[in-house]
Amino acid sequence: MAKHIVTVNKGALQSTVKTGGCGECQASCQSACKTSCTVGNQVCQK
Amino acid sequence: MKESMDIHRFYLHGMHIVLDVNSGAVHVVDRMAYDALAVFDGHNDAEVAAALAGEYGAAAVAEVLAELHALVDAGLLFSPAVEVPAVIGDAPLVKSLCLHVAHDCNLRCGYCFAGTGDFGHDRGLMPKEVAEKAVEFIIAGSGRRKHCEIDFFGGEPLLNMDTVRQTVAYVRRREAETGKVFKLTLTTNAVLLDEATLAYLNAENISLVLSLDGRREVHDRMRPDAAGNGSWEDVVARARRATDSRGGKNYYLRGTYTAHNLDFAADVLAMADLGFTELSVEPVIGKDTDYALREEHLPALYAQYEALAEEYLARRRAGRPFEFFHFNLNLDNGPCVAKRLAGCGAGHEYFAVTPDGDLYPCHQFVGRDEYLIGNLTDGIRKPALVQKFRHAHALAKPACRACWARFYCSGGCHANAQLFGGDLAEPYALGCELQKKRLECAIMIQASLAADKGA
Repeated sequence: MAKHIVTVNKGALQSTVKTGGCGECQASCQSACKTSCTVGNQVCQK
Repeated sequence: MKESMDIHRFYLHGMHIVLDVNSGAVHVVDRMAYDALAVFDGHNDAEVAAALAGEYGAAAVAEVLAELHALVDAGLLFSPAVEVPAVIGDAPLVKSLCLHVAHDCNLRCGYCFAGTGDFGHDRGLMPKEVAEKAVEFIIAGSGRRKHCEIDFFGGEPLLNMDTVRQTVAYVRRREAETGKVFKLTLTTNAVLLDEATLAYLNAENISLVLSLDGRREVHDRMRPDAAGNGSWEDVVARARRATDSRGGKNYYLRGTYTAHNLDFAADVLAMADLGFTELSVEPVIGKDTDYALREEHLPALYAQYEALAEEYLARRRAGRPFEFFHFNLNLDNGPCVAKRLAGCGAGHEYFAVTPDGDLYPCHQFVGRDEYLIGNLTDGIRKPALVQKFRHAHALAKPACRACWARFYCSGGCHANAQLFGGDLAEPYALGCELQKKRLECAIMIQASLAADKGA
C-alpha cells in the first residue's frame, strides 16, 4: 500500500488510440455550452 | 529545471493533485511526493534526492521515489506520448447539425454573437424544405455512424415552431427508414415556451437548453426584450414550468457571464437556489466592448471557479447537489483520443445551417463570409477548409502540444481562435486560462468524491 500517493483513477487514454473513433458519442458543443469546446466531460458510448 | 508538460501538479482544496497527461491518470500525493515531482522526470533519482535533502530524510525520499517508479512502471506517470489516431486521416463523417431555424429574436441581448439574431444578414425563417434537406445531408454524410444530432437554434427557434414540428416529423420518419437515431435539442430564451409547445417538446423527447444568466439584475442588464424591459421574471417562471414538466431532467440552464458580473459564482448558485440543478455558465466572448473579459480579470475569475467548486462539493455532500457543466468530468470512461482531438467537430463533423441552406463550420462562424463552406444544394464547396478544421487539433498546434490540458479541450474553440488570433492554429489565450482553471476544479472534485468513497 502506497504511503505517499493515492491513485484516483487509472487512465488508459493511449489504449484508445487504436480502439476509439467510432464517433457515436455526443458532439461536445451541442450539449450545453455552445461557446467553448470541452471534451473531457463527454462519456464514451461504447 | 523546466517542469514537464506530461504531468500537471496543482494544489487545490487542501489536496496536492497530479495529472499524468498522456494516460489521464490522477493521483493525490503528499507534500513530499509533490515536491519530488517538481524535479523527478522518471530517470533522475539522484537529482531528486539532492533537491529534497534539505527538507526531508533520505529514507522517506527513497520511499517516495519507489512509489513514483511503481507508477511509471504501471504506465500511470510520465506515460508515453499519445500519437494521432489513424481515424483522423479518414474522410470525416457528419454527426451533428445546428439548424438556424430563425435568424430573428425576440430579445436584444447585449452580448449576442448573432447580432440580436440576424447574424449580420437579413432576418429570416428557415422553410421546412431547407430543414428536410439538412436532415438528408446528415443522413448521407453520417455513413456508418448510427447516432446523429440536430440542435434547433437561432436567433430564437420558437419563432419558427412550424418548421421545428415539420422537421421533427420528418426526422422520425427517416429514422424508421434508415435506422439512424437522432438526438434533438432546442436552444431557447424560453420567452415563447407556452404549455402547448412544452407538451410537444416533452412528448418528442427534445432536450432543452434554456438561457438564464443567474441573478435578476445580471440577467436583465444583458437580456432585455425589444422594448428594453428585463426578461428574468418571465424566463424563470417558464423555465421552472419546463423543467418541472420533465421531471427535472433533459435540460440545461445555460448562462453567460461578462465583465459586469465577475462574481458569477453567485449567479450559478442563484440558479441552484431557484431549484434548477442542470447548470452551465460560460464566459462571454467579446472584443473591444465594456462587457468583454480581459486578462486582468483572471485572478477574480479563478477565485470564482474555486469558490464554486467548494460549494458544489458542499451541496453535494449535504444532499442538495447541482450539476455544473464544466465540472463534469468522466475520469474512468471519458472519450477516446480520436474524440479528444476531433473536439466539437466544427467544420468536419459539425456544421451550422442558415435559413437559406448555407453551411458554416459552426453556429459562431455564421456571418463570417470567408467561412461559408458550402450549401445544402451543392454540398461542401470548400473541402480544403474541411481538412483545415479536421487537422486543427490539439496535437497539431504548437501552443497546445505544450499544454497539460491538451486532451480535455481538444485545442479550444475554433471560432474564438479565429476571432481573436485570426488563425485556427492560435488558441484564444484567455479562454485557455479559464479552461485550465475549470479543469483543475473538475479534477479536484473527482479526487474529493473518490476520497469520500474511500473514507
